[in-house]
Amino acid sequence: MADTLTGGFIIEELKGAGVEFVVALPDIVTCDELLWPIARQKPFRLVNVCKEDEGVSICAGMSYAEKRAVLLIQHTGFLDSINAIRVMGMDYQLPIVMMVGLQGIEKDRAPAASDQNGVRIIEPILLAMQIQYRVLDGQCQAGTIRWAIDAAYSKPHPLALLIPAIGGQV
Amino acid sequence: MTMKRDAALRILSRCYPDGIVVPVYQAAFDWMAIRPHPLNYLCTGAMGQASSHALGLALACPKERVLVLDGDGSLLMNLGSLVTIGEQQPGNLLHFVCDNGIYEVNGEFPVPGAKRVDFAAIAAAAGYRDTFTFTDLDTFGAALPNVLSLQGPVFVSLKVESGEPFPRDYRAIHSAEERAKFRTALALRLAG
Repeated sequence: MADTLTGGFIIEELKGAGVEFVVALPDIVTCDELLWPIARQKPFRLVNVCKEDEGVSICAGMSYAEKRAVLLIQHTGFLDSINAIRVMGMDYQLPIVMMVGLQGIEKDRAPAASDQNGVRIIEPILLAMQIQYRVLDGQCQAGTIRWAIDAAYSKPHPLALLIPAIGGQV
Repeated sequence: MTMKRDAALRILSRCYPDGIVVPVYQAAFDWMAIRPHPLNYLCTGAMGQASSHALGLALACPKERVLVLDGDGSLLMNLGSLVTIGEQQPGNLLHFVCDNGIYEVNGEFPVPGAKRVDFAAIAAAAGYRDTFTFTDLDTFGAALPNVLSLQGPVFVSLKVESGEPFPRDYRAIHSAEERAKFRTALALRLAG
């Protein structure tokens, strides 16, 4: 068990899950610890998109070829992509796996208790959309992420992994 | 000058008989009738997303040609995808847009910039390797074999108007059966 969620830990989990592509639009929560290392070290093919709903559809297309991808975005991008996620995730039950940075969440605060409106509504929206999700924090056990991703691809369904902070961010 | 869309698509189907195609809305309805095939990826779901689905397929299947049959209204919803495609440089992606200046299945209302926007110029500026605009069938038919042989990303703007009125089969473009057919056909193609 790690005390603090790190980018290295997440990258190893993604490798373990057989992820080949990371489709991303930079988010301040995940950029330094996760996106930049992925861009520099190239453990996965990185696809930078201009808007998050593009990424939803790119992941959808890849899934038909049995390629595993993760969409790395900010919670605002999730909100902006609801229609694409609704169709590809809910209606078509494709394995759209999203890692969502919760920009603006207060330290040690649960998302549902955040003073930030955009953060606070994420879990209720996921529940309303019946999208499985997990909040990734320092208590995240090795294997948790890879198991969740594997499950999303093995019996196809969408998945959201919410990231409040990485590497001791406040 | 414009082409009848069904006539242009019949020429395309003869030159591209069995590859992956991602068609949208009216072009999809036409294409389903002109070239029924399990490698038609019909279920793009949300308007504007075809080029992004096609990019996902192209990156995941680098040995297969992937042709997207976009609409002008659809592409206008996702212009950023041109830049994303330009950045990724998928050599196997062919991006066609049927430019008729209207939202044909949504009341035939004009799209913003109708008859003024130069999609091929935008695609070229975004980084597509080759871009074309065709306004007549003879020129299109003569050029098409070469266009289809080029390394992508290639962009083709087809100036079209409605042709034969094929049925609008909305059930098919959202159907689980069509998605399963495509998935199976793609697996067979990739295994072969």
